[in-house]
Amino acid sequence: MSDESRRFERRIAEMPPVADEIVSTTCYMCACRCGIRVHKKDGEPVYIDGDADHPVNRGVLCAKGAAGLMNHRSPARLTAPMRRVGRRGENRFEAISWDEALDLAVSWLKPIRDEDPKKLAMFTGRDQSQAFTGWWAAQFGTPNYAAHGGFCSVNMAAAGLYTTGGSFWEFGEPDWERTEYLVLFGVAEDHASNPLKIGLGLLKSRGVKVLSVNPVRTGYSAIADEWLAITPGADGLFVMALCHELLRTGRVDLDYLIRYTNAPQLVIQAPGEADDGLLARDEAGAPLVWDRKRRTPVAFDEPAAAPAMKGEAILPDGRRAVPAFELIARRCLEDRYSPDNVADRTGIGADDIRRIAAELAQAAFEREVAVEQPWTDSWGRRHDRTVGRPVSMHAMRGVSAHSNGFHTCRAIHILQILLGSVDTPGGHRYRPPYPRHIPCPAKPTGKPDQIVACQAMPGLPLGFPGGPEDLLVEPDGTPVRIDKAYSWEAPLAIHGMMHAVIANAWKGDPYRIDTLFMFMSNMAWNSAMNTTGTAAMLTDVDPATGDHRIPHIIYADAYQSEMVAFADLVLPDTTYLERWDCISLLDRPIGDPDAPADAIRRPVATPGRDVRPFQDVLLDLGHRLEFPALCAAEGGPRYPGGYADYIVNHLRKPAVGSLAGWRGADGGDHGKGEVNPNQLEAYIANGCHWRRELGEEHRFYKFANAGYLAEAVGLGLIDRDTPITLQIYSEELQKFRLAARGHGVHRPPERDRGRVETYCDPLPFWYPPFEPARGEFPLHAITQRPMAMYHAWGSQNAWLRQIHGHNRLYIGRPVAEREGLEDGDWAEVESRHGRIKARVAVTDGVNPDTVWTWNAIGKRSGAWALSPDAVEATHGFLLNHLIDDLLPVREDGYRYSNSDPVTGQAAWYDLTVRVRRAERQSAPSEPRLETLEAGAPVVGTVR
Amino acid sequence: MTSLPQGAGKKLGLVIDLDICVGCHACAVACKSWNSIGAAAPLSDTTPYGPEASGVWLNRVHTYEVEDGQGGFTLHFPRSCLHCDNAPCVTVCPTGASYKRARDGIVLVDEDLCIGCGLCAWACPYGARELDDATGVMKKCTLCADRIDNGDFDEADRVPACVRTCPTSARHFGDLGDPESEVSKLVADRGGAAPMPESGAGPVNRYLPPRARHAGPAPMAVGADAGQPSGFLDWLDRVLSD
Repeated sequence: MSDESRRFERRIAEMPPVADEIVSTTCYMCACRCGIRVHKKDGEPVYIDGDADHPVNRGVLCAKGAAGLMNHRSPARLTAPMRRVGRRGENRFEAISWDEALDLAVSWLKPIRDEDPKKLAMFTGRDQSQAFTGWWAAQFGTPNYAAHGGFCSVNMAAAGLYTTGGSFWEFGEPDWERTEYLVLFGVAEDHASNPLKIGLGLLKSRGVKVLSVNPVRTGYSAIADEWLAITPGADGLFVMALCHELLRTGRVDLDYLIRYTNAPQLVIQAPGEADDGLLARDEAGAPLVWDRKRRTPVAFDEPAAAPAMKGEAILPDGRRAVPAFELIARRCLEDRYSPDNVADRTGIGADDIRRIAAELAQAAFEREVAVEQPWTDSWGRRHDRTVGRPVSMHAMRGVSAHSNGFHTCRAIHILQILLGSVDTPGGHRYRPPYPRHIPCPAKPTGKPDQIVACQAMPGLPLGFPGGPEDLLVEPDGTPVRIDKAYSWEAPLAIHGMMHAVIANAWKGDPYRIDTLFMFMSNMAWNSAMNTTGTAAMLTDVDPATGDHRIPHIIYADAYQSEMVAFADLVLPDTTYLERWDCISLLDRPIGDPDAPADAIRRPVATPGRDVRPFQDVLLDLGHRLEFPALCAAEGGPRYPGGYADYIVNHLRKPAVGSLAGWRGADGGDHGKGEVNPNQLEAYIANGCHWRRELGEEHRFYKFANAGYLAEAVGLGLIDRDTPITLQIYSEELQKFRLAARGHGVHRPPERDRGRVETYCDPLPFWYPPFEPARGEFPLHAITQRPMAMYHAWGSQNAWLRQIHGHNRLYIGRPVAEREGLEDGDWAEVESRHGRIKARVAVTDGVNPDTVWTWNAIGKRSGAWALSPDAVEATHGFLLNHLIDDLLPVREDGYRYSNSDPVTGQAAWYDLTVRVRRAERQSAPSEPRLETLEAGAPVVGTVR
Repeated sequence: MTSLPQGAGKKLGLVIDLDICVGCHACAVACKSWNSIGAAAPLSDTTPYGPEASGVWLNRVHTYEVEDGQGGFTLHFPRSCLHCDNAPCVTVCPTGASYKRARDGIVLVDEDLCIGCGLCAWACPYGARELDDATGVMKKCTLCADRIDNGDFDEADRVPACVRTCPTSARHFGDLGDPESEVSKLVADRGGAAPMPESGAGPVNRYLPPRARHAGPAPMAVGADAGQPSGFLDWLDRVLSD
């Protein structure tokens, strides 16, 4: 038989087009926000692949993105608004109309807004419209708003923004083309998933060394040239030791430090005084440096200055001061940070630490790279070429999710700064709109006098405190916010503390709320610490009133997640293929170092269910609640066209809206411009994204690049073109420390004083995580997301569950041998908080004192429209049950949140456990929560 | 018994770089997704929402821990049909359903002739075939034969779905019968090899082994030294004095 005569060959030859239309939009299967092409047949999506013209992913697509179709088709999709009819938590609902649903919501929300708006706590999870949802909360008048950043990576964001005006991930990325050395710290295989993979492929092909510092050898660590199996929570110690070595050997970029950082700025030395540790400034407020030639203090920004980097200076008024650099050098050079002294705790040998420091120095100083591109700095100096230190780094959740994460992240940035590699060719490059000034000018809103019944707040809930005066606290220091963000307990909680909301609301600490309104966050399951306890809090009834302690719960989600069961009112959202969204520069940007960018998501399918996009629902609710900003002057809603209308027509400031592309009546303006009624059409015509290349001269040293700063102001990315000074010494932190020492009018309550003084250290330092691994619980326990299931939302997927249907607890061989465990055995895992039962896998690819598992694979029986005996429920498990949401009781009886003391970041990875062979060697995993009833209307169910 | 085409000309196949495969499963899912609508469709899923979902995949990624006497390493290994020269799955086929295309060497299954006997899967040394329970026929990697010559597609899309999607660019597609092709040069440069050559099947696909890793200690270039803060600060003086 000839090949051509075969039926299969004819089938190929005569195959009709698989799609009759290919449309572009933006993925929402994780936080990467890649461009996708949706292939449609007869009006229905049938296939999804990556958009080759999209700047984020350039055509590639991860497993999760490629499986998006199965989320879009999931039987767990909710079908209609629902009102609870059973007990809370029982999962019994009745379908109601949207009018009934919104009337019910208004009947709860209106009285709150009329009396005390902060009794609404609105937290929006993995929301990609935070610029809008935060604005909505402000219109309501409540400060109690945040998304999931507080339990994700706020340590990273805060440390970066307060040190370099940028950070990793969406804030910046390695210069993939030019870097000569990449260090990955504790990176789970997630954030910036496709750009990181693209970059790693490039580096490996170029033969560039990739060093992975990670307790676990999977994914990126598996292809790294070197893997250092660091002990969890010790990254800061390792990094401080690297700084120690670089300083000890004089391998730091002094020119860079002098020009672009506050290293030469004079820090006042006046122990006990109110200005101790603040920067010495001239009358105009400019920080001073000591000119070592003229032997006099001069303003930092005086181009002719020859600043001293050490030594005591006597200021004209007699005060003593030293350059910040001397302070950081003395700190890093302390004995406790010598390689020999950190080896045990880090699990990394002293010789290896010294070698890595030498490798970094060698790459930075002996393999200097240059781009033949002149540029002009903020002081008018012309540079003939752009020279760089080709060492880059990336870090994310792994270092972030510890109670010492803020200072660890700061130490990493200090290391980058000492090497002179921030935003240089080959180094770590900002992605516009970053860098931002330090601190970012927007302050948090929600001081007691900013919360007024029946009124909008005068600003957005989240912002950047510059000192104690910007905290959101009552006069006696009590937190204003329900999550205690921006209080003395977590002064730089710039992403809020979503993980603390339910427990605080249940306890009435600092006060009782009325309505908990959540979106797209599985707070009754894998997004909660103390999962079993959280479920109990959500259902708990106050015997005094007979009502739930949290009286009303509204939840919006597209799927029947575990959280749905705990709602009184469920607002069903659409899938990501059925909605408008905007990936805004006001929110979480997607630009790259050469170009700011933003994007839209647009509906490419119609729901065919009685569901509505959450943002449309909020606009409708705001109108029904009579927010002035959502009511048209002539009556009726301000944005009758829903979220698409808002995206185009809402102005955040004059000429600045949600999208930066094709602004102005004729679409000819970019960055800033008046409203363009045809803006969305322009985006669609351009593959749903906008990207504008920066001027050739504007691509490096952005913090002090005169041309870049002017261009950024012109585009509306930042407000002023003054240079951004990198902060090796954090004066903001010192202000909080001074308050703790009794200075100023804003001072912490006695209870918090010691804590604020210790942790608001203006210099980075390392301290053990609050839950050290020793004694009864000798093992660290951490999680990560698998690449095929990065980020948990909508995590039930018919294809992906065939890859990760259940998870195992990975244990090192020494632990296995000690405990008599073999691969596949069931083990009991205990922490100070709880106990679980899980199946183990023995591995050589883990730090010897650490166990780990994939997060959020385990599901509650009866959730996600899966069979109640789904393997996710019988063999999957969560470590969350072991993690307390509070730290152990202090002497005074108080329990702080299990969080970083500076930022409030959830300290997921501080967990310590012990592991032993389970008595009963069979499924199911434990704890096994009661199977949820099949009571929520969903598209399909196998029961 | 089905015969193999004579005379090796074009040999289309994949080159997979194990040095940069991070094991993300993007290739496996892109394959599943394309082949759910392409000429090989459907790829059935059994009880997709039941106790344990299973289904047909033409490409699966396996992860191994390899002991090499130097601390070991983790290896991700994507596994699919290697489109062998002497494909034993073809010669064992009792109905002539399995065949190797003369024009480009792709091994395919003519589903209309397949009786689902499973002999080919048994004969394949690489475990690269899966029987679709729902349709009763054997499924395997088609090298996206329905994409690579597909006139509806732009040129850039006429590659296997797994190659198009791979985020690290670990997967390459081309003519391994042409020593001047990009893929052949890559194989030559990097010492690409076929797994289990002793099988005699003559695989066409190649895997590029992990590169030698950078590790050796670098010379410690000491500038300041001193060991103590005072030493460092003295060094600063010297450096800044000019």
